[in-house]
Amino acid sequence: MSNIIREHLLELFSKDFRLDGRKFDQYRDIKVEYGISSRSAEGSARVKIGNTEVNVELLPLSNPEFESGPPGIEAVELSRVVDRAIREGKALNFKKLCITPKEQMWIVLIDIYPVNDAGNLFDAAALAALAALKDAKFPKIEDGKISYRESTGQKLPLEKLPLSCTVYKIGNYFLVDPVSEEELIVDARLTVGVLEDGTLCSLQKGGDFGLNPEEVDQMVDVAVKKTKELRKVL
Amino acid sequence: MVYEKRLDGRKFDELRPVEANVGVVKRAAGSAMFKIGKTIAIAAVYGPRELYPQVFQNPTNGVLRCNYNMMAFSGSGDRVRPGPSRRSKEISLVMEKALLPVVDLSGYAGTVVDVFVELVQTDAGTRCAGICAAAMALADAGIPMKDLVSSVAVGRVGGKIVLDLSKEEEDYEGHATDIATAFSTRMGQVTLLQMDGEVSREELKKALELAKSGCEKIKEIQVKALKAKYVGDLNE
Amino acid sequence: MSKLLVQEKEIVVPGQDLAEGMDYLPGEDVIRDKDKLVSTKLGIVGLSGRLVRIVPLNGPYVPKRGDLVIGKIVGVGIGGWRVNIGWPFEANLSVKDATSDFIEKGSDLSKYFNYGDYIIVEIVNVASSKIIDLSMKGPGLRKLGSGRLITIPATKVPRVIGKQGSMISLVKDYTGCKISVGQNGIIWLKGDEPKKELLAIKAINKIENESHISGLTDRMKEFLEREKNGL
Repeated sequence: MSNIIREHLLELFSKDFRLDGRKFDQYRDIKVEYGISSRSAEGSARVKIGNTEVNVELLPLSNPEFESGPPGIEAVELSRVVDRAIREGKALNFKKLCITPKEQMWIVLIDIYPVNDAGNLFDAAALAALAALKDAKFPKIEDGKISYRESTGQKLPLEKLPLSCTVYKIGNYFLVDPVSEEELIVDARLTVGVLEDGTLCSLQKGGDFGLNPEEVDQMVDVAVKKTKELRKVL
Repeated sequence: MVYEKRLDGRKFDELRPVEANVGVVKRAAGSAMFKIGKTIAIAAVYGPRELYPQVFQNPTNGVLRCNYNMMAFSGSGDRVRPGPSRRSKEISLVMEKALLPVVDLSGYAGTVVDVFVELVQTDAGTRCAGICAAAMALADAGIPMKDLVSSVAVGRVGGKIVLDLSKEEEDYEGHATDIATAFSTRMGQVTLLQMDGEVSREELKKALELAKSGCEKIKEIQVKALKAKYVGDLNE
Repeated sequence: MSKLLVQEKEIVVPGQDLAEGMDYLPGEDVIRDKDKLVSTKLGIVGLSGRLVRIVPLNGPYVPKRGDLVIGKIVGVGIGGWRVNIGWPFEANLSVKDATSDFIEKGSDLSKYFNYGDYIIVEIVNVASSKIIDLSMKGPGLRKLGSGRLITIPATKVPRVIGKQGSMISLVKDYTGCKISVGQNGIIWLKGDEPKKELLAIKAINKIENESHISGLTDRMKEFLEREKNGL
């Protein structure tokens, strides 16, 4: 079944056409909302890329190892790739998360909830995670007790903003932000984490097929250009 | 501090000592050991066999399933908690994707070819060693492949692009860049690419070139090990 | 300009270039990649005219139409039997392909072949990896009686059989054993003395282990001569 879809899509591509008429390097409409959750005063955001929607909440609990149920491998890869860009891009200065040296410190847990997967969850999730981090504020500490209901208004120390862009290869075409039908016939994908100055901070190749080094360079080039644009959206 | 000389004295484009052997797990359909520096990986292939549950069967192609595991005593300090972690699940996935482009399972529809990779000793470059061992094990098992996949890590340490990082280099000054790669050198294709750390576009290009030549050297060793299982007899 | 890059009986690995140019043709376990012929297996090069093929040193048995195989009955049904031939999926032997005798509908088929019985059959159809049909209608095809069963890698079977059966005939002559070799690597044998059966098995294992070393026929003759005198 997917062969017929693939043939049809490749024919469209050869005529410079994508399913929804976009250009190959064009993202769908992106909407970012901050502070969507009233219960967590810490930080939250919602990102919509076309119909793909991801909610992210930050839960600075002081208990690590919180994992609700065994996630599937796609969920594991998604969360590790989002984590990689943020961690390796040194978005957070961990030293500034210290409450009392050697005694207490904040742990930042980012919960990603894909509300709707209409393609390109990788980028939507990465963008939402970063938006939530931007929105996050420290909870209040009074007399050594943490009051999660009230916020200090003091923002999380975000030093850098590593943005992710995933470039997808279908046949001889490179494109960004695929819709689900396009995603089904992808040969390979490369998620690139990029910092403001164009430095690359993370890479993850996915897909069943290989890429030659020139293709890697071309895809990195697209990612660097697109993250510049995505930065304006945040 | 500028990295002028590597911590273990190697040249920037030099691999740690490599050893490879084929047929180490007699009960498996195919198997191999790959050792680089102090990292030792053993791969064993079972199958093709029926894939359960049936719902995961592919009606037109066999399925390749990789399982990466670090043995409890493989670390250099604490005991490694047994069982799959999120990290090992991700590594299993990228290992499978690294091998899939060269493997041809079209004649084994509905079946699974299982590749178990165990890390006996870990000292940086574990997923790369695992892929090298897995490629040899698949060849030993007679699974058809377009090429042998070779894998090595490159990185940026102290500002220099280096081949095959040691554990000390991975931890160097808290900010080394570690890039795991795998190549089908015959097809000139990258089948594994993961990066932790920072690098510029130019540096990435250089790193990939270095990785490719490193993989070519590793491939020679893999080929030799495969042929050695049989050539040895000819000389007797 | 076509060029052969390897020699007959050379050991090659997956991805190794075997020939350049369009004059050479890809045989078993060889693929064409643009103008090159490439091996997909670890094995030995075999050349017949312009055909370049690989004899793999190892590999799973893949059922092929026309193969004679030895299988084990693992299912008894109403219209036939399910047979294990060493492939992940069971093969079918339907009643009409098993015998020309008239078997009444609904009769208990286990009277003919029961669980655990071994049969030697021909693969008449491979519709897919899961649909394999067998037939017992043919010379020498039958249920196997008591005897010994050994398994060798399917890739070694051609060597064990030899050119026009010459190698296996050698073993049969020296040991006096009845031997049936299945293409799937399962071998049934029966001798009038256990010692002779053991010798036959040793001989088959020797062929299996030294299959890639030239001069095998002479070595086997020497070996069998030596061992027979010791019996």
